[in-house]
Amino acid sequence: MAELPQAVRGFWVTFRTMFKKVVTEQYPEDAAKFPPKPRFHGRHQLNRWSDGLEKCVGCELCAWACPADAILVEGASNTEEERFSPGERYGRVYQINYTRCIFCGLCIEACPTRALTMTNVFELADNNRADLIFEKKDLLAPMLPGMVAPPHAMVEGSTEQDYYANRIKGPGPVDQGVNP
Amino acid sequence: MTDMLNQEVVATVNVTIDGVELQVPKGTLAIRAAELIGVEIPRFCDHPLLEPVAACRACLIEVEGMPKPQPACAQVVSDGMTIHTQQSSAVARDAQEGVLEFLLLNHPLDCPVCDKGGECPLQNQAMSAGRSESRFEGEKRIFEKPIPISAQILLDRERCVSCARCTRFSEQIAGDPMIELLERGANQQVGIASDEPFNSYFSGNTIQICPVGALTSADYRFRSRPFDLVSTPTACEHCASGCSLRTDSRRGEVTRRLAWEDPQVNEDWNCDKGRFAFRYQAQDRITTPLVREDGTLRPASWPEAIDVAARGLQAAGSATGVLTGGRLSVEDAYGYAKFARGVLGTDHIDFRSRANSEEEAQFLRACVAGTPLTVSYAALESAPFVLLVAFEPEDESPIVYLRLRKAGTRVVSIATRGTKGLAKMGGSLLAVVPGREAQALRDLPADIRQALSQPGAVILVGERIAASVGGPTAVASLAAATGAALAWIPRRAGERGALDAGALSGLLPGGRPLTDARARSEVAAAWGVDADSLPSTPASDVLDAASRRSLKALLVAGVDPADMPAPFVTDAALERAAFIVSLDHHYSEITEFADVVLPVALVTEKSGTFIDWEGRPRPFAQVFKDSLAMSDASVLGMLARAMGATAGAWDGPGIRREITALGTWSGQSAEVPAVEPEVGPTDGFRLASWRELLDAGVMQEGEPHLAATARPVVAVVSSSALSALGSPASVTVTGPLGSVQLPVEAGEVLDNVIFVPMNAPGCSIYTDLGARIGAAVDVTAGGVA
Ligand code: SF4
Ligand code: SF4
Ligand code: FES
Repeated sequence: MAELPQAVRGFWVTFRTMFKKVVTEQYPEDAAKFPPKPRFHGRHQLNRWSDGLEKCVGCELCAWACPADAILVEGASNTEEERFSPGERYGRVYQINYTRCIFCGLCIEACPTRALTMTNVFELADNNRADLIFEKKDLLAPMLPGMVAPPHAMVEGSTEQDYYANRIKGPGPVDQGVNP
Repeated sequence: MTDMLNQEVVATVNVTIDGVELQVPKGTLAIRAAELIGVEIPRFCDHPLLEPVAACRACLIEVEGMPKPQPACAQVVSDGMTIHTQQSSAVARDAQEGVLEFLLLNHPLDCPVCDKGGECPLQNQAMSAGRSESRFEGEKRIFEKPIPISAQILLDRERCVSCARCTRFSEQIAGDPMIELLERGANQQVGIASDEPFNSYFSGNTIQICPVGALTSADYRFRSRPFDLVSTPTACEHCASGCSLRTDSRRGEVTRRLAWEDPQVNEDWNCDKGRFAFRYQAQDRITTPLVREDGTLRPASWPEAIDVAARGLQAAGSATGVLTGGRLSVEDAYGYAKFARGVLGTDHIDFRSRANSEEEAQFLRACVAGTPLTVSYAALESAPFVLLVAFEPEDESPIVYLRLRKAGTRVVSIATRGTKGLAKMGGSLLAVVPGREAQALRDLPADIRQALSQPGAVILVGERIAASVGGPTAVASLAAATGAALAWIPRRAGERGALDAGALSGLLPGGRPLTDARARSEVAAAWGVDADSLPSTPASDVLDAASRRSLKALLVAGVDPADMPAPFVTDAALERAAFIVSLDHHYSEITEFADVVLPVALVTEKSGTFIDWEGRPRPFAQVFKDSLAMSDASVLGMLARAMGATAGAWDGPGIRREITALGTWSGQSAEVPAVEPEVGPTDGFRLASWRELLDAGVMQEGEPHLAATARPVVAVVSSSALSALGSPASVTVTGPLGSVQLPVEAGEVLDNVIFVPMNAPGCSIYTDLGARIGAAVDVTAGGVA
């Protein structure tokens, strides 16, 4: 083989490869066959407690941690009449700007209540910037059976400590990202 | 006295801290001495302006020769003392770490939802001086959170470290000991009496000095995080005390204001109005120029509006009156003063949008305008005696109140009503019938005259002296006769600046009398105009002239007719003026009348300077740097150019240069007034009044939490008058325009005097009663007959 001309050696590689197993994945045709790995950093999700109350307390620590300045949060007071999360404070405004986000996940590490996690959703392309700013309504986790959409009161007889200590039991996973 | 001071400065002691030898004044606290060599000892309760209590124990240090660690914040250094801080002593470091661990035992660690998070001394010092692990495993103490201790101040007892800063501030500085540390041990907590909320005018300061997030405000609750705020050094626009503030904004919106340290003025404090009242700024703004067409205002372009305004003003020329209100920066007031004289050729200009008199104007020209800074806050602190005339410091200039209280100066107040504020200053009252201050000043007891002739004695006179015929005259002659220093304290932040800028008839910038030819030529040279084109005879009262139809146009800035003792006169003047140009940032009663409305910048949208009552410049920076709004002076410059005039600079820096170059008047100052006091019987009930700090003022709009901490709206009569009325719970006060019904209580007023707040919600003496200070009013028990 060593005596064969260089050109023939090159074509031999091509020829041999034609009989190997194909590794190229066809996107989007075969996307369903190749789901991302579970720890893939995709679109964020704002989780709920098992009764539907929001986990976000509007602390802005995610925004502080974000190296790309992609997150904007504004907190507000829960009231007895209008409660969105256990405790005193909730996130009234929550925006992630996906033209800025670099999917590093530092926000997830900063979140003290595990309100913020990442899903595996990566299909985020769009043809304009405005639609890439996701609002709270776009990021909130879907309602699972047994959940009631806030605002509503905490589970009777409970305190926010019960929520934080995970003593409020209800249906569904409470802090894992759920792929919609 | 000077000797004593010198001695204090000379007496020093030698100490060694962490092996560094240093000399400090005798009496220095160890914590301060350590700061001198750059060692920061952790602290919570220590505050340089409060008495030491050593309550938190965070500052423990090792002192050689003492058996146990000592609190550095209460340990006075003595000669030869050897101190080891955490930097050089394991004992000190261990003690400090132990205390921090202990302070955190019951702390809820709810930093994510705490407003202090990000600027919290407890967070910071737990990191810098604490252990990384806690050994505590039990249940934490739990309190209900947060509980309101006033409509504005919220208390989270779980977070409190019992440092007693808030309680010491309230007692020592504000004189309002409404909060106190209750209970003992783990249950120790800050509390209020069940029947008395923490409605102190200074309550917001406790939030700022609380080293944890135990005290927060309803107003700023959860509004932002310190790290996404942009901070700008500003000065307060609410009163003439001149507080330095820090304005924090986020995304084009002011989120909060804090007191900014200025040892010469507000020290570390400010009042709740300055701290919490800023929402008015964003409400109801005028966003575009407006021009009246067929009786209604319609939006117009800048060139069009300037053109219409310039033509109208040009036609009126020197028959134009200029009203500037009392809230302008000195640059803008100077712009109006220049526009009136140099462009319009009129002397009809007045900044006093409140009760005033020609006698007062004379007094201001002669005794206040352009005077150097002689009576300062420091002078008040060292004064042996202070006489207050028609001036209630706690309501009308709160930092003056704090300073007089701090110094423990002997205070006598010639006033229509004795107040708690006066009692808290330890002052005594010389009660007078409203409007009759002049007579009282003439008949002053010999001991007070005596006290006033001591070196350093001060007379502080308020703007309400204008309501007393002969009052300004009497004040000026008392000061001259006794040699006491005299200071005039207006209420609004812009009045002293407007006066120095010459926004008053008969007065040119820098205290120059208009009647003096040299003064006119100095000013004309600075403006680049012909000295002969400037008016040379002082004009009469603007509103009076306007309502007599001798003025054809009015140029008005930020004036509220309801502030005038006779609002209907103002209204009549406005109706009769053929042409009105209004420069304002908000819709007001004036814009209703105006033919052209030109929108101008708020204090947050421009930089500028206020002059406080001392005469000290209080510069403020622009908060919203990308604002396109123009200051009053810039808009006047556009008008001037449209009218074919230039008259020097119209931009902020240019005006500041002009003012500095002009300097103050060196020649003969104007004549002091000589008006005889009003005499004659004061029959019936006479109306005493002033504006309380928190009231229905337009700049406090949109602040429900602040408004709820205002004093209750009550009328005050003497106890014998109250029983003569049959001790009713409420009275009806009737003036020429109408009546108001108010709860009534007994207080320190003369028997024929009734005090009614000037502009409280639902009770304005001008618009509801139609009565001015000193007027006879009808008082009947109970509801409206
Ligand atoms: S998502 Fe988490 S970190 Fe971000 S504001 Fe909400 S609670 Fe705080
Ligand atoms: S509330 Fe704040 S200032 Fe008052 S004692 Fe507690 S920690 Fe100190
Ligand atoms: S700072 Fe010294 S005991 Fe608190």
